[in-house]
Amino acid sequence: MSEPGAGVVIVGGGHAGGSAAAFLRQYEYQGAITIIGEEPIAPYQRPPLSKAWLKGEADAESLALKSEDFYAESHIDLRLSTTAFSIDRAAKTVMLEGGETVPYDVLILATGARARRLTLPGSDLEGVQVLRTAADAEVLKLALGPGKRLAVIGGGYIGLEAAASGRALGADVAVIEAQPRILARSSCELLSSFFTDYHRARGVTFELGAVIEGFVGEAGHVTGVKLADGRVIACDDAVVGIGIIPNDELARDAGLACANGIVVDLESRTDDPAVFAIGDVTNRPMPLYERRDRLESVANALEQAKQAAAAIAGHPAPPLEVTWNWSDQYDIKLQLAGLSVDSDEILVRGDPATARFAVFHLKGDVIRAVEAINAPAEFMAGKQLIGSQKRVDRAKLADTTVSMKLVAAG
Amino acid sequence: MAKITYVEFNGKEHVVDVKTGLSVMEGAVKNNIPGIDADCGGACACATCHVYVDQAWVGKTGSQSAMEESMLDFAENVEPNSRLSCQIKVSDDLDGLVVRMPQSQH
Repeated sequence: MSEPGAGVVIVGGGHAGGSAAAFLRQYEYQGAITIIGEEPIAPYQRPPLSKAWLKGEADAESLALKSEDFYAESHIDLRLSTTAFSIDRAAKTVMLEGGETVPYDVLILATGARARRLTLPGSDLEGVQVLRTAADAEVLKLALGPGKRLAVIGGGYIGLEAAASGRALGADVAVIEAQPRILARSSCELLSSFFTDYHRARGVTFELGAVIEGFVGEAGHVTGVKLADGRVIACDDAVVGIGIIPNDELARDAGLACANGIVVDLESRTDDPAVFAIGDVTNRPMPLYERRDRLESVANALEQAKQAAAAIAGHPAPPLEVTWNWSDQYDIKLQLAGLSVDSDEILVRGDPATARFAVFHLKGDVIRAVEAINAPAEFMAGKQLIGSQKRVDRAKLADTTVSMKLVAAG
Repeated sequence: MAKITYVEFNGKEHVVDVKTGLSVMEGAVKNNIPGIDADCGGACACATCHVYVDQAWVGKTGSQSAMEESMLDFAENVEPNSRLSCQIKVSDDLDGLVVRMPQSQH
């Protein structure tokens, strides 16, 4: 299949990198494709690691992005447990740790992000961990079970999903959050209080506005989280979910423009025409919002994988998508679309007490973002209306007796 | 194991063996068959794995859940035999299943 030449080299074997290789072949790119991945396993899906997989409802095979034979059959050279050390853009080569150089015609950086870690006393105790990779998730899963105590540091989506999965496995769970409310960075207060109540009703305890001094342990293993007020929250495992940091060092060292991630355009091309960047590591244009942002989602990873693959293979550019994401906690499916950055009003459709409602963020009469709890029609219609920027009738939007089909029809 | 035929919108056919227990969506994605995006990986959160189930198989593939129905309601070109392929579990009974893809998933 492969034409002579160095072809495409993809640094990063995650969801974005693996998908870019797959889309290149779908778009009938004929050149060589090499994936350089640090992790020891083929590209896999991360979202289930804190959701279905952690609860034991999905196995390793279902995590894998593609079948075992896919890479060989598609003539994709998948080099695992391999780390890229530097890029020489003039020579168009990637140097690996160990000194080997890999030439490229086109380079795709899909280096992703890493979990932010705490550097407090005791942070290096066994049992203090992050949740980013399949290996992290394996460790966490072993630590969960009836009677086990899990401390979750950080009340963001990863932490809350770990909390819900921990409860499903019978563990006692305490969520410790520095802000006065959970989901403070990403969601409105209504959603924060809804999720706090929902978790509390299922046995999770919360320490909000809590300052952590460090971790205490015995025989090298964590036994508790020490708060500044002197209390110690006892635990057998502590999972730290306080955000991620883009792995843009390789790009930075190679002189590519970076600003909270690698700066790319709507083809996912960097300021070097032979270098693309995709996924969590990028800082990308958000035309609907007239700004740039670094998005942390599978939807973004796939959209950019398509953009880059299409540009490289000479395939028509994919349509621009409205950014979206989801979270599963207990029997709640939360679906989010858009950005609330410039909205000036919040409109709630439905009653939070029924655990089936949606929060719309409006700028004038235009929906800019939606947070839908067990409300798929509100999510789907909301996402379409965000994309079309069509004005909506707020009275109808607030009235659950008017279907979302009718709201969307105007 | 079931042999499933996926037909792209342009008519191109892909016949693959899909393991029991996987979903019809997973059978397509893991074999890199174009036309099924499945952004959410099977969480019934995105409606990008829309397929038309061949009429002969409609009775055997089960029915839509309320969640699936709401999601499909807003997909494009929905027909009575539309399903989200992540919600169809593969079993031996589905050996020979034929599904067709819509023009686009977005």
